[in-house]
Formats: sequence, C-alpha cells, structure tokens
Amino acid sequence: MTTIFPFGPIHPALKEPVGFIFEVEGERIVKAIPNLGFAHRGIEKLLESKTWFQATYIVEHICGICSQVHQSCYLMGVEKLYEKEIPERAAYIRMLSLELERIHSHLLWMGVAFHEAGFDTPFMYTWRDREKVLDIAEAFFGRRVVWTTSRPGGVKRDLTDKVIKMIREFIPYMRKRVKWYEEILTTDKTVLARFRNVGYLDHHKAVELGAVGPVARASGVKRDIRLEDPYYFYKESPFRIVLEKDGDALAKFLVRVKEIDVSLDIIEWVLDNIPKGPLFVNIPPMARPKLGKVISRHEAPRGELIYYEESNGNLRPYRVRVRTPTFANVVSIIAMIEGGYIADIPIVVASIDPCISCMDRVLIIDRKRKKRKIMSKDELIALSRKEFKRKRIKGEII
Amino acid sequence: MKLSWGIVIKEAIRRLLQKPYTWKYPFKDVKAAEGYRGRIEFDISKCIGCRLCALSCPASGAIIMVRDERVKAKTKRRPEFNLSICCFCETCAMVCPTKAIKLTRDYHLVDYKKEGVKYILIGV
Repeated sequence: MTTIFPFGPIHPALKEPVGFIFEVEGERIVKAIPNLGFAHRGIEKLLESKTWFQATYIVEHICGICSQVHQSCYLMGVEKLYEKEIPERAAYIRMLSLELERIHSHLLWMGVAFHEAGFDTPFMYTWRDREKVLDIAEAFFGRRVVWTTSRPGGVKRDLTDKVIKMIREFIPYMRKRVKWYEEILTTDKTVLARFRNVGYLDHHKAVELGAVGPVARASGVKRDIRLEDPYYFYKESPFRIVLEKDGDALAKFLVRVKEIDVSLDIIEWVLDNIPKGPLFVNIPPMARPKLGKVISRHEAPRGELIYYEESNGNLRPYRVRVRTPTFANVVSIIAMIEGGYIADIPIVVASIDPCISCMDRVLIIDRKRKKRKIMSKDELIALSRKEFKRKRIKGEII
Repeated sequence: MKLSWGIVIKEAIRRLLQKPYTWKYPFKDVKAAEGYRGRIEFDISKCIGCRLCALSCPASGAIIMVRDERVKAKTKRRPEFNLSICCFCETCAMVCPTKAIKLTRDYHLVDYKKEGVKYILIGV
C-alpha cells in the first residue's frame, strides 16, 4: 500500500521554499519527487533593468544568510567585464567577510539542526555564539545581516582597530567552542541516536547527482571551489579541505563544524598578512563595460555558487544567471530520503541546509483509503522527537 | 567535556545572575553601532547637482532631482530623498564626488508626521 505525501511547499518570506511529493509504504518512504519554483521573485529579470552598479545591491538580497558571497561572486564577474583588478587589501577584506559569513551561516544551521532533532539546549548555545559574529559585522559594516561589504572595484570600509580587537578576541573563544561541539557530536547519546545512519548518501551517488558543498564533502567527494579554482588569496591561505567518509547526517554535521575551524584559521591569517594600500579602484557608476560573457564561481557556505553574466556593452546587463548551491543539492535529497522513515524527513531535509520553513505543512493522501491528512511543521517535528524517544526505550541508543 | 547536567546548571546560574541582554528601548535610548547606516544627512552647500546619486541609486525612485535656487552650482538642481523607499545601502554617499551626502547613526525613523521620517538638510 503506497501513500502519497505532498510535502511543502512554501513560506515565501523565509529562505528557499521547496516542495516534495513523497510516496510511502507504512512509515517507509519509497519515492520522493522534488517540486521547485515556489519562491520565484524575478530577480534575474529585475537585474536586466538595473545598471551594473545598481545590481550590486540587488544580488545581495538573493539570500539573507549568505549575502556577501553573492555580492562578491557577482562583482568578480563585473570587475572582469570592466577589466579592472581590485587592490590586494580589498581582496583580503572580502575574504575576511566571506569567512565570517561562513561561520555565522554554519552556526545558524547547526542550531536549526539541533532544534529539529529536539535538542534545544545546544540550539541556544550555537545561536549565542553566532551573535558574536553578528556583533563583529555590526561594528565593521554597520549592519547585522545584509552587510554590503563591497562596491564595484573594491570594498567600502576599512578594518578599524576596534574590529581587529573584536575578531582577535573571538578567534580563541570560537576555537574552544568548536572543539566542544565536536566532542558533543562524537560522544553525546542524543545526537548519535538521531543523526547517525540517517540520510545516507554514498560517494558514487553524490558524484552522480552533482552534490556540492558540505553535502558532497560529507560523502568523501573532494569538491570545494576554494581548492579547485581558488579566487582572491585562498591559494596562499592555510585553507584545507574537510572530508568525512560516512555520508550520513552526522558526517554533514561534522564537516560543517570542522569548517568553522578552517575559517578561523583563514581569518587569523588574513589579519596577520593584510597589506596596506587603497580600498578600491574607481569604476564610475555610469561607465560601460566591454562586450562579453563571464562565469564566476565561489564557495558559498552551502556549496558552489555560479554567476553567469553577459554584457552587450550597455550600461545594463544583458543577462545574469544565478545557480545557487541549494538547487544542486535538492536532487540529492531524493537519494538520501528513499528507504528512510517519515520521522527522518526534517533531519534529512535540514542536513542539506535549505529553507526549513518549507516544512510549513504536509498533506498525506492515502491512495487506497482515499484519506487526506494535513500535518504541520510542528506535528512533523513532534513525530521526529517521538521517534527518538522510541529508540531510547528500545535501547537502540549507542 | 560533554553536555552534562553540571554544565547546564552552571550555565543557568550564570544567566540568572546576569543582567538581561535586552534594553528598555523606548525609555532608554540605545546608540547604534559605529558606522551604522541610518538617516541621510545632506549638505546643500557642497552639492554640484551632478545627479550621480540619483542615477546610481538601486531603489529606483528613492532619489529624484528637484529644482532649488539655493544650490550654488549652475545646474540649480539637488537630490530629494524619499526615505520610505530608501534601502540605506550607502551608494549615494559612496559615489558623491563632493561628499555632500552622509549616512548618520540615527535610526529613529518612525513618526506620526511625515516630517519625522525626512532626511536632514544642512548647509542652507
């Protein structure tokens, strides 16, 4: 007996809404079909009506969490079209902002994942740590979320002594916390029971489905743009790739936690080696770029981000195409969820770091009995917690 | 060091003794961070009417050019800011060749009257 579940879709105000249709047999999921396009905002079309200069601030609003990586990736293409090279100091400051953003994004995701598993204490802890990054951002760029670090040709603001002091204090604190989180993840009963052997994605499947970012790296795929196609000064930086072999939700967790440590190393290196010099090269707002097509790639917190920009020599872009990492990873949810339980859906979907708000409501249709049942996000999370309790009673906890 | 009861209780006691993180905002004013991008301050004496700010503003319509005899330059035109559409991205301040536009740390942009959400005009 198969049952069908339309899962999702949307809460358009939040991150990236996505819908799923699940076919289930009892509690096991047999088939999963992703359903995309619910949060279409027409940003690519909007960009065609703005100048290259104005578009810098529109692309930043594509994602609220990883806004800097969008801006930086877009501007890398624009600077190539204008045939300008940004000063070294600007590149260092951009690297700093990208890595700070990665830390804040991973901490936010960790909190959400802990919450989905019904483990609210570390959810509070991770978000408290994230607050420190946001404080640095506020002191540095003047904003907590949409930072607007860059401008075409460089960066807007310089590092001040106060900000340097804040970051220097933050690094050892965060290193200690990362160690602690790692210890929780590898030893705590609750975490192991809920995350181990859930949402498994093997190496071959990850390559086949084109998984990117931490999802691919958790399955042992060596895929990181900072390694494959280093931009700015990542080649000289102490960057090292983080790989895990297991491919389950726990491995994805560990990859993200260890990546925070790598980001901290890079930030420390940036502060030690940042050269003096100008902050930007002047690109006049009304200047026209040369004719051509550019592709730029960045490693966003969630994976590979691609920008394709086409210029016909006009003040406005002819075409800007954005490929976000979640779009590449959504397909791998299918492989991860098939054969799993309904109660595991929140964790599996959360493990690729998409929009959790997609789980607003779930509609269960029983094909044979012709019954319909709507499940809200809270009910689904309650089911997930019930599963954990069942495991504890049965003694399945390691 | 696991997430044991010891850590949780220690944390709870520390938080109980601590002052709250939140401020009593309307009664006690909170200063915005340094470099905060808030209400726009416009110095009319520096303006040359080049309209670069209006052309580079990403929120279309937030800046329009209006005629003003007080502008010293030949153009006799100055920008008029509409803070209800403004996204406070600092582009106008960035591109201004004479640095006539500045974003202040003032974030009190809610008022019963329209004058309360206006930009600050100086240098008249």
